[in-house]
Amino acid sequence: MENVAIIGASMTQFGQRDGWVLDLLSEAGTACLDDAGVSPDVIDHLYVSNMASGEFEGQTGIMNAVAHDLAAMPAYTARIDQTSSSGGAGVKHAWQSVASGASDMTLLVGAEKMTHRTTPEATDVIASITHPMEYKHGVTLPSFAGLTARLYLDTYDAPRESLGKVAVKNHRHGVHNEHAQFQKEVDLETVLESPMVADPLRLYDFCPITDGSAALMFCPESVAKEYTDDYVLVPGVGGATDTHVVHERADPTTMRGVVESSNIAYDMADLGPEDVDVAELHDMFTILEFLQSEDLGFFEKGEGWKAVEEGRTEMGGDLPINPSGGLKSKGHPLGASGVAQVYEIYEQLLGEAGKRQVDDADTGLACNVGGFGNCVITTLMEAV
Amino acid sequence: MMEAYQYPDGSITYPGHPIGPGGEEPVDTVDLSEYTAEVVTWTTSMAAPPGVREPNTLAIVEFDVDGEPVRALGGVTTDDIDIGDEVRPVYVEELREPGAGIREPESQDWDGYRFEPV
Repeated sequence: MENVAIIGASMTQFGQRDGWVLDLLSEAGTACLDDAGVSPDVIDHLYVSNMASGEFEGQTGIMNAVAHDLAAMPAYTARIDQTSSSGGAGVKHAWQSVASGASDMTLLVGAEKMTHRTTPEATDVIASITHPMEYKHGVTLPSFAGLTARLYLDTYDAPRESLGKVAVKNHRHGVHNEHAQFQKEVDLETVLESPMVADPLRLYDFCPITDGSAALMFCPESVAKEYTDDYVLVPGVGGATDTHVVHERADPTTMRGVVESSNIAYDMADLGPEDVDVAELHDMFTILEFLQSEDLGFFEKGEGWKAVEEGRTEMGGDLPINPSGGLKSKGHPLGASGVAQVYEIYEQLLGEAGKRQVDDADTGLACNVGGFGNCVITTLMEAV
Repeated sequence: MMEAYQYPDGSITYPGHPIGPGGEEPVDTVDLSEYTAEVVTWTTSMAAPPGVREPNTLAIVEFDVDGEPVRALGGVTTDDIDIGDEVRPVYVEELREPGAGIREPESQDWDGYRFEPV
């Protein structure tokens, strides 16, 4: 099996955008073609990561629309929906298409258009992933986060302030990301005094509702060398699931999908958590950064909060987490987020991340979480 | 009836599934409304979707059915609740307004049980 490379990447401005989902997909797709120097007629596979364009906008069939808009016909195409991890799932499908030999050039574009909906409407679209037994109680993804955060703080004797410090850190990182929805710092007092959303979590413990798109170009390493010297490799991608019914988990503070997907990716790449120089984690809620940093093996169980308190996950720390600003600062356009995480690691490994560049970054990891850990994709990447 | 399924290995799930955690089909049902439970964790949601009470206090609770643990999630009848509290299920005819949210009203039931401190 030949090594799988990424030879081009793009992302649009994240935030409140005027365009609709097809506009965003075309913007990122066109920019990725330009960045990779690839003509659309050589694309064999085109994947579109998106959770809910039908529910948000009434636009379905977007994969074929993108193929037409980018003149990529007769490329094979499919829309990839894995809720919030649709982007990561797209990475996995794109990787498989190249690794299997089915495609010599695969374009992945992820997008979501959300901000035209009210917050309650958007919350309900996202909450529709829940089991009927949960949905009828008015459960939302933020309420799962509140339930889990309370249990984590109680179980591991962690201070409430430690969650707030995740938000402070990621907003600080996002200042240097020109594509981020929020490019401004927040202080801990602001986080801790913001309106309560799901006790004990407050407004600044949550990512915003966002429009945006991101894209990646995959091909075999032998083909990559025909286009550029500046590419990165993807030696491992793992995907796994946990229970659909969240309350059935024996330990709600452990994300089994993160554990399993990362073990698959580490085994594939012959790497371990100690090899990772930079990571993009799915901080849709601040508590998720603790859980993932532990379940990926970066820190012992119940110690993720201490790593944040000690500054180990800051820029300049021994394992910078979310140099992009994370979903918290950058924004979370559902289908685009997992693609944008890999975009950030791609930039870091090429040494092109500018003011948010992590020193000596040779190995990176992206962890994209769907639902409340229901589906998880972990991707490992290496500089050449 | 707060119906949970029991499987050949003794495990119980709420809700029930066609195939249980051990890979086998259910062999029995248990009515959890006849038991009390202990609060595992709770939250009060201040940003509820359409048709949901606000604030909405929710809890994950654990029942002990003859030594077999089984968990459930539901609303709580009060916001005066804490981890470790004992609660009992109380029937509610309509937990949220059918049709106010995105889900097709006819696709599921809307009655169920909230938890009340004992």
